[in-house]
Amino acid sequence: MTDLTKLTLSEARDGLQKKTFTATELTKAHLSAIDAGNAALNAYVLVTGEHALAQAKASDANIASGKARPLEGLPLGNKDLFCTKGIRTTACSKILGDFKPAYESTVGANLWHAGAVMLGKLNNDEFAMGSSNETSAFGTVVNPWRRKGKDGKLAADKLVPGGSSGGSSAAVSGSLCLAATATDTGGSIRQPAALTGTVGIKPTYGRCSRWGIVAFASSLDQAGPITKTVRDAAIMLRHMAGHDAKDTTSVDAPVPDYEAALGKGVKGLRVGVPKEYRVVGMSPEIEKLWEQGIAWLKAAGATIHEISLPHTKYALPAYYIVAPAEASSNLARYDGVRYGLRVPGKDLVETYENTRAAGFGKEVRKRILIGTYVLSAGYYDAYYLKAQKVRTLIKRDFDTAWDKVDVVLTPTTPSPAFALGEKTGDPLAMYLEDIFTVTVNMAGLPGMSVPAGLSSQGTPLGLQLIGKPFDEATLLRAGQAIEDAAGRFTVADAWWAKRPAKAAKT
Amino acid sequence: MQVDAATVRRIARLARIKVTDEEAKGLEKELSGILDWVRQLDEVDTSGVEPMVRVVAQQMKQRADVVNDGEIADAVVANAPLTEDHFFVVPKVVE
Repeated sequence: MTDLTKLTLSEARDGLQKKTFTATELTKAHLSAIDAGNAALNAYVLVTGEHALAQAKASDANIASGKARPLEGLPLGNKDLFCTKGIRTTACSKILGDFKPAYESTVGANLWHAGAVMLGKLNNDEFAMGSSNETSAFGTVVNPWRRKGKDGKLAADKLVPGGSSGGSSAAVSGSLCLAATATDTGGSIRQPAALTGTVGIKPTYGRCSRWGIVAFASSLDQAGPITKTVRDAAIMLRHMAGHDAKDTTSVDAPVPDYEAALGKGVKGLRVGVPKEYRVVGMSPEIEKLWEQGIAWLKAAGATIHEISLPHTKYALPAYYIVAPAEASSNLARYDGVRYGLRVPGKDLVETYENTRAAGFGKEVRKRILIGTYVLSAGYYDAYYLKAQKVRTLIKRDFDTAWDKVDVVLTPTTPSPAFALGEKTGDPLAMYLEDIFTVTVNMAGLPGMSVPAGLSSQGTPLGLQLIGKPFDEATLLRAGQAIEDAAGRFTVADAWWAKRPAKAAKT
Repeated sequence: MQVDAATVRRIARLARIKVTDEEAKGLEKELSGILDWVRQLDEVDTSGVEPMVRVVAQQMKQRADVVNDGEIADAVVANAPLTEDHFFVVPKVVE
């Protein structure tokens, strides 16, 4: 039998429908892949094998009785930011300890109601704060991709999978699940997707319910999928999205059949290319990739238009006011009283202080302090209010652009995957990872990363598409055109799945 | 350099995070670096610009004023480090 973990989500769906294999076989294949490969990749922080096999068994019964649901029997990974009923959820922070939610996130519940199987919880940067998955309390995730050295051979140094959804991107890229849930506050779906040769879409703010997802920055957070193909992203998003009365910012708008829209092509589509994204110091490699993307869309019948988004350069500094401010407020709930870790002190205040000092990692503590500073008496107007005004201007830039274009094309990241530890000493260099993605969150728009090529070192690069509010269908259509032209990018050698020689049976 | 040791201590106190003297030293530099960098927003003329309060224009939704949840005290305290009879237990606050 072929390796079932190499299938795309849509291929697996079709195989289950045709009864070529069972949901149990499909789930077991993925659990074996996790068993063999997770020690090297560290993508999962919790594997829920029994839970997955029980779901798969129910799926097989549904398929046998002709009652298959849209995602019936498809094994997924679930980012550890999504609360799972009765199953440990930590946001990859020590402060949540052994937290077992009494409820399921709405997005998760939507997927399971559609028949999907959960393989386990995926690693991420602590509270989704990071761009390399190096701040997780469970340790760093390793990118399945490796660089080619000058001699043409694969180098031994380990690369980051991007972040914060680094477990999601590594698991999908390394075939440890068919697709994964992820979240994106400043680029946390699109940047890891770009660094691992996978597809990631952050929908419009309000498209997916935030209920039951551990909050980072509430006005920016959105859930979305990381997948192997554009079609898979269309399938996942349709079943993750939808109105939810439990999230007041969730939007009551119909969710289209995104998969059906894929076939429409891009003939006549107006594609904008923002001149401000040609930042000084953009590597020739990224520049070339962008030109290639423009040429592909043009060849597929789209028209290209230069546009101006004059406030682009202010998005990142404004983000580093808004996001920490909202985080400092959201993370106030971790007090050592209601759940998670408690480190006792001589009184209540010292208990809070000890608990939060021990429970939060360095990056999270730093961001809480920045947020506390910018919201503190006397500074609110100069920082938070100013940043929210700049946000209005960023959004206006896009509102103007939509008169001329239907979708915007940019690179996803300024560079390909970097080595573990390469940027941890320089916070601003790490923050610059999100320079092309963060404007999208600030404006609340949908954005998507599609694999488009390989770097000179043989590692993946992505192109980003930005769309009008609630026009994810057009993004996916344009993404399909890029995927059709670029092809898919998969890791040739599954080095992480190789067991040491002593495991060989005699 | 706008954040000094006293400011770090004051913010850390507000945020209820204990910092050691050594950590405070490092934070002075890191927080100043980031706060100096975000000050480039001062270049932007925002006079007459409204702050962004919502991403998509929509009416604030209201739910019916009815009890729709409750009687789940066991679940509420299930994850707490210390409880007694459905109460969270904390160090003595009032003498």
